Amino acid sequence: MNRTSAPRTEFVRLPRSSSQPGFLALYWANGAARFGLITLLVILLLVLIGPLFVPFTPEQIDLSLKNQAPSLVHLMGTDELGRDVFARVLDGGRLTILVALIAVGVAITVGVVVGAIAGYFGGWVDNVLMRIADVFYSMPSLFVVILLVALIGPGFASIILAISAFSWMTTARLLRASILSLKKSDFVQAARGLGATDLRLIAAHILPNALAPIFVAATLGIAAAVLTESALSFLGLGFQAPQATWGGLLEEAQRAVISGGQWWRGFFPGVMIFLVILSVNFIGEGLNKAILGRKEHGE
Amino acid sequence: MSTPILEIDRLSIGFAAQNRVLVNEVSLSVQPGSATALVGESGSGKTLSMLAVMGLLPAGISVLSGDVRLDGASLLDLPPKARRRKNGSDIALIPQDAMAALNPTLDVQTQFELVLRTHLRLGGAAAKARTIELLDQVGIPSPTSRLRSYPHEFSGGQRQRVMIALALSCGPKLLIADEPTTALDVTIQQQILDLVARLREELDMTVLWITHDLGVVAGLADRVAVLRHGRLVESGTAEQIFYHPEHPYTRQLLAATPTLFDVEPGTGA
Repeated sequence: MNRTSAPRTEFVRLPRSSSQPGFLALYWANGAARFGLITLLVILLLVLIGPLFVPFTPEQIDLSLKNQAPSLVHLMGTDELGRDVFARVLDGGRLTILVALIAVGVAITVGVVVGAIAGYFGGWVDNVLMRIADVFYSMPSLFVVILLVALIGPGFASIILAISAFSWMTTARLLRASILSLKKSDFVQAARGLGATDLRLIAAHILPNALAPIFVAATLGIAAAVLTESALSFLGLGFQAPQATWGGLLEEAQRAVISGGQWWRGFFPGVMIFLVILSVNFIGEGLNKAILGRKEHGE
Repeated sequence: MSTPILEIDRLSIGFAAQNRVLVNEVSLSVQPGSATALVGESGSGKTLSMLAVMGLLPAGISVLSGDVRLDGASLLDLPPKARRRKNGSDIALIPQDAMAALNPTLDVQTQFELVLRTHLRLGGAAAKARTIELLDQVGIPSPTSRLRSYPHEFSGGQRQRVMIALALSCGPKLLIADEPTTALDVTIQQQILDLVARLREELDMTVLWITHDLGVVAGLADRVAVLRHGRLVESGTAEQIFYHPEHPYTRQLLAATPTLFDVEPGTGA
């Protein structure tokens, strides 16, 4: 049989297209996202290394200087025991942010595992896991969290457990949805045709393609965790005095602000919570837009 | 005739639960070193038959009766794990749409490494050398510099070439080409078809073409089997099918291929 011999076609090698804006450039072009990132970094820096430059410790009592308004010595004033509010806000912030990060880490891990199993294996496994997620969704989370902490007793582990127990479902659902569509995609089929195992398919071929929405969910989850922790502490169920957290500082400040007019006691911890939530939301929004923008430019 | 490399023996595929048959007692025997074409319209069962050979039938659909033998040994009797190991090593698949068949998040070298490590336990430098060799074989220019490129940095035709290289990576005995050119434009189609034909001769492989387009297989296949509605309508050598089609459906298919009669069979479409 006279077959046409394959010509060795030579392609002109095109340079990598540099005209397409990268992910970071797209993110940076978004003003709100830029603001969020800078604000959050500044707050993180303050909270982490700020205490080194403050001449007071958060639990240093000086009754001769109690209830001072903000001044150059006490940037955010003092409380009824003469403790420096600035030192306490920084110290409390470290704990609040740490709790939020760990809780989100736990929630994402649980969510990824549950979502991956449900999406990949489908069938009754999927049904059981997703109905459990629905149950968690349908509970009024703050009340159950309060109940949970009241039962176990306040503490680092129980607060993290309480927060993450009610925030893994979004990740699980997002990942399950991505996996359901990716599982049918051609490259997963092709990888299966080349002999890839289940674990390999999930870990190497599906997860990396499903991560983008999870990053966004994680970022927004940090905001929710900060709020939940603050709410718990505000209700007196969070970390116990004298340990400061932002929510705890607000709780201590109630009487001072309302009857004593000492606005600085509530204002500064409140502003910090506000700034963190705002910037984290801006970051999440920015990430989302940058991911979508890159998709629009055709990968 | 020697032992066929692939023997599909009265294979029926369907929904076991609803007792609905989609592929009905199809038999096909592929001789080693030959190029066989499985031709049929959409829904004729050609892709299902191919998936059954690879053990990749979608959930709910299963083999109802019959057997698939590779080198005389039944594939259906194998445990799933051993079966999966055959995919990519003994049997390899060139998928329909290479644009979508490569993982967009991994660079080319990593995708080769995954396959080479799974089947040949090749890693590091050995895998890299083999990858360069394969890419060169399928005509990717300056392969060394493309190892860290991602799929989106290749053109459509080049992606299909990469996909073919990936399918060849573990030296398969049987290469299944499932409409490998449907996603490509006409000039590239010809290049890809020629490439597979050339590689088949160079590597002494058996190729099973799956297509709806008789024009594509004219000149590429020695034997042709025509499927319709899940039944084998006619099979024979390429000359028989193209010059003396017996079944009316085969004649219809031939008549539906506009360029076919301008080209002498056997000299390339």
